[in-house]
Amino acid sequence: MKIAIPVSSKEQDGAVAASFGRAAYFLVHDETTGLQTILENPAAQNTGGAGIQAAQVLVDSGVGTLLTPQCGNNAAKVLHTAGLKLYKTDSNLSARDNLKAFQQNTLEELVEIHAGYHYGH
Amino acid sequence: MRAIIMGIDGMSDTKIAFLSGKGGTGKTFLAVNLAYVASPALYIDCDVEEPNGHLFLKPNWDSIRNVTVPLPQGDSVRCNGCRKCIDFCSYHALAWVNGRFLVFEELCHGCGGCLMVCPTQALSETQRTIGERRAGISGSIRVLSGFMNPGEASGVPVIKSLLHFNSMGTAVFIDCPPGSSCMASESIRYADYCVLVAEPTQFGAHNLNMVYELVRLYKKPCGAVLNKCLPGNDPSEDFCLEHGISILAKVPFEERLGLVNSNAQIAVREDERYRTLFMELLLRIETEVCNAATGNS
Repeated sequence: MKIAIPVSSKEQDGAVAASFGRAAYFLVHDETTGLQTILENPAAQNTGGAGIQAAQVLVDSGVGTLLTPQCGNNAAKVLHTAGLKLYKTDSNLSARDNLKAFQQNTLEELVEIHAGYHYGH
Repeated sequence: MRAIIMGIDGMSDTKIAFLSGKGGTGKTFLAVNLAYVASPALYIDCDVEEPNGHLFLKPNWDSIRNVTVPLPQGDSVRCNGCRKCIDFCSYHALAWVNGRFLVFEELCHGCGGCLMVCPTQALSETQRTIGERRAGISGSIRVLSGFMNPGEASGVPVIKSLLHFNSMGTAVFIDCPPGSSCMASESIRYADYCVLVAEPTQFGAHNLNMVYELVRLYKKPCGAVLNKCLPGNDPSEDFCLEHGISILAKVPFEERLGLVNSNAQIAVREDERYRTLFMELLLRIETEVCNAATGNS
């Protein structure tokens, strides 16, 4: 299974990005191969629908679990339809440490889905 | 004075749009009061996110109809999962996961592009209601108002529905949404003349610049009304002088006017001074429209 975390930079041990849809990158950990890759988020600069596009990208990449500080309604609809599991990141930990925390079963499931930061016009 | 106004043949069918860079500047105040002194007239409230002209005009609505936009729906049997529609959609209103086609209604602009790019005709359209178009009568003023449902991304389809009208030969006063977004530009599409309403502050001048840029882009003739004027320097007036924008009127900042407005009363009906001011303004706009039409602006 693949696990994804939104991150703001490509750097090793970078911080978790503040939002899901507009994160610059996703750190993707492949549990079968043990490899970690950086996936660019094409939705990062979107004026709207960022969460939907970012979620579609993760689903298409075969990600099964998302660790994120928060997630909006629309993205959650895509992710839930695809059967992804969502966990809430620990804000005190780096992206990689969050990954470790998840593997040690210390992260909680993300239950609070926000209404989204939908643009006006 | 009255005789001159009544004799305005030049104003028949003329469409005047009222714009400002932000809300609360006085677009509705001007459009409603001018429609009143020009009546018979057609008043169109294109500020569909917060239409308020009807609060002053209090029309009896004789027609209320839904405004709908097309919404795609997918046929999972026909869909081959190519995702061309998803890549095409600039608004990211579509997703395709687990063999399911997801449409995010509030993001869809109803452009129909996804149907066109689908190679297997797996998409069709349904109609979705996004607001209302109301028509009514207030004395000798015909009122058209658009009401966009809360949460919708764009009121442009509601505005488009308002701009199919028959003015019956009267002058048309179009109350635009604030700002210079696509909703404001849609509202001035058929306007013959734009009135830019500005407040006497630095911020007001900045907002005036926004709508001035918009009307220049659309090559619409325009003039400005300086509203809420106080003694002293007026950055919006400076802006008009600098850019050669005709100042059509200066409306003073008065408690009386604030009171009349906050009671949803029509100022020209309540106070002879305002009646005179608006009649003069109407005449001035008529002259400007004539000049613009004959290229003497």
